[in-house]
Amino acid sequence: MGPFFLGLLYRLREQDVAVGVTEALALSAALKAGAHDDTVRGFYYAARATLIHHEGHLDAFDRAFLAEYGDLDWDTSLTEQLREWLDEQNVRLSENAQEAPDLAELLEMFAQRKREQQERHDGGPYWIGTGGKSQLGQGGYAESGLSTGSSGGGRAAIRIADMRSYRPYRSDVTLDIRQMEVALRRLRAFVREGAQVELDIEATIDETARNAGEIEVVVRPPSKPNTHVILMIDVGGSMFPYSKLMSQLFSATKKATHFKELRTYYFHNCVYGKVYGTDRFTEPTWVHDLLRECGPHYKLIMVGDAYMAPYELGQAGPWSATDATRVPGIEWLRILTDHFSDSVWLNPEPLSRWEGTTIEEVGRVFEMFPLTTEGLTEAMAHLNKGTPARR
Amino acid sequence: MAAYPRPVEFTGTEAYLTNPALEAAVRCSLVLEKPLLVRGEPGTGKTLLAEAVAKALDMPLITWHVKSTTRAQEGLYHYDTVQRLYDSRFGDHDVRDIREYIHMGALGRAFQSPERVVLLIDEIDKADIEFPNDLLHELDRMRFTVMETGDEVAAAHRPVVIITSNAEKELPDAFLRRCIFHYIDFPDRELMARIVDVHHPGLDRDLLDQALSAFFAVRGMDRIRKPPSTSELVDWIAMLQTAGVDSVDLDNAPFLGTLLKKEQDMEAFFNRTSRRF
Repeated sequence: MGPFFLGLLYRLREQDVAVGVTEALALSAALKAGAHDDTVRGFYYAARATLIHHEGHLDAFDRAFLAEYGDLDWDTSLTEQLREWLDEQNVRLSENAQEAPDLAELLEMFAQRKREQQERHDGGPYWIGTGGKSQLGQGGYAESGLSTGSSGGGRAAIRIADMRSYRPYRSDVTLDIRQMEVALRRLRAFVREGAQVELDIEATIDETARNAGEIEVVVRPPSKPNTHVILMIDVGGSMFPYSKLMSQLFSATKKATHFKELRTYYFHNCVYGKVYGTDRFTEPTWVHDLLRECGPHYKLIMVGDAYMAPYELGQAGPWSATDATRVPGIEWLRILTDHFSDSVWLNPEPLSRWEGTTIEEVGRVFEMFPLTTEGLTEAMAHLNKGTPARR
Repeated sequence: MAAYPRPVEFTGTEAYLTNPALEAAVRCSLVLEKPLLVRGEPGTGKTLLAEAVAKALDMPLITWHVKSTTRAQEGLYHYDTVQRLYDSRFGDHDVRDIREYIHMGALGRAFQSPERVVLLIDEIDKADIEFPNDLLHELDRMRFTVMETGDEVAAAHRPVVIITSNAEKELPDAFLRRCIFHYIDFPDRELMARIVDVHHPGLDRDLLDQALSAFFAVRGMDRIRKPPSTSELVDWIAMLQTAGVDSVDLDNAPFLGTLLKKEQDMEAFFNRTSRRF
């Protein structure tokens, strides 16, 4: 016998809403303190406030609540409804008739009874006269105390929860961006530059002491972010299945405020001489120009599946007939890794598919990591390796 | 079983309208003594909620406005080394007592208060991504130690903590788990009419109706990047009233700049007009 609302918790967990002991204890305490006002409505709001921590989960909560308690009446006393209903079911409420069971006990019995009903409904005749699960929310029960969604005249819990008004907030996307942001934070580096506006307390104390107590104020420039990042994203056709992941990474990178500079470029399958400022391949930039502008201290992050026909890697790009250099794709990649002292390739393809394809070949040029939270973390650590710590 | 204080009723104030969901969330936060995290679009009254709770419960309000540079430590206390250094040189002060130079931050003041207070941590998402995590311990235990003196600052009465955040940014899970959560929906037409009524009592019904229609129509336009919110509507109506305008619609909407603050949005709005003709 556990708290009656465990069913609700498990229905939330089924929908990947991480609720656990903390939430269960909070809700339990809230109910004990009477925060639900002894109405189903109050219970709905109290449960929502304690169990849910993100508007993206509100819709999941509505669904879970509907499934668990959709047939309770919205505005009347929760205790009364449960008691009457159980009474109707001929459930013996308590060993001692004078001893009224408390709400938690009632709800537990309600939940248990409902479970039985649902399980045994297929058997049919067990619930003669009261119908099974399908009838529970309709007709018959209304007269016997547990008025239901269809008969309650718009006051049943089902009506509010059923509006599912939080559906638009279901943004499974945003939930993982944070993890990416945290991983990207590893690229933090600071340098002190600019006007001397910050008081260096330690140095001031030190100098003052040397100066026999005469104040000697030491100032220094404030510390500023000093990471320059180039992000190159493959928007080739084979990347289509990963577009959601890409947009997540993209927004996480855009949000990162600890970069001094972030440049984003796009390419198609492999880099050939030019990269593009937009994902529709406009605003081209010559790689050679880019390398002239950006010194080796820029950190290069390539994102792509590196999956292509072998000739795309081994041969020069289609435009190369007019270009004197005639450099094949793999060479362009080498030019990039040679120029930048820190570079990584993030690959959304599962590791199992890397072997024996162009991925393996690109992986020999670039240090390659899977585009998962852990992979991203490792990649960021790798990007930091080459650089001596500057504080 | 720990004894919880009796639920304190919060049903809004004259100037702040609530709904059962918000009231339940405030109630849960009060009885569980957990921070209430309020999220929602800008202009849905997140900050005003704290003021309303403080007023309704008759408690002082301490506000901590979080900025992008705010660090968790600032909320606890600040050791004014510069002043101490200065005093030691020119001092008419006794610089031996370090306590003279320890100043409490918002959290510290809330803990030290002799009565229960409402502590508003406003726009927590503005700060560094790790900022909320840095506060976990102090918010959990409602106490902290001043490193310089070894003094412990413990809350005599756990403050009612209300934290606001824009819907745009994610907060750490560990932090979220400790909070009671409430998402403020954007007011529907009916509630909006009541809100406007609070700010502009006695406003002409027809004008209100027309203004609301125009307002929700503008909000509904796909190409508007920054949809106007409650405060913009209230300002707009004030402008209309001052100028003595007695009827508005989308094609005849003066002072549109009060509603639409972005140039692109203005453009998008007028393009809509031109497309229609």
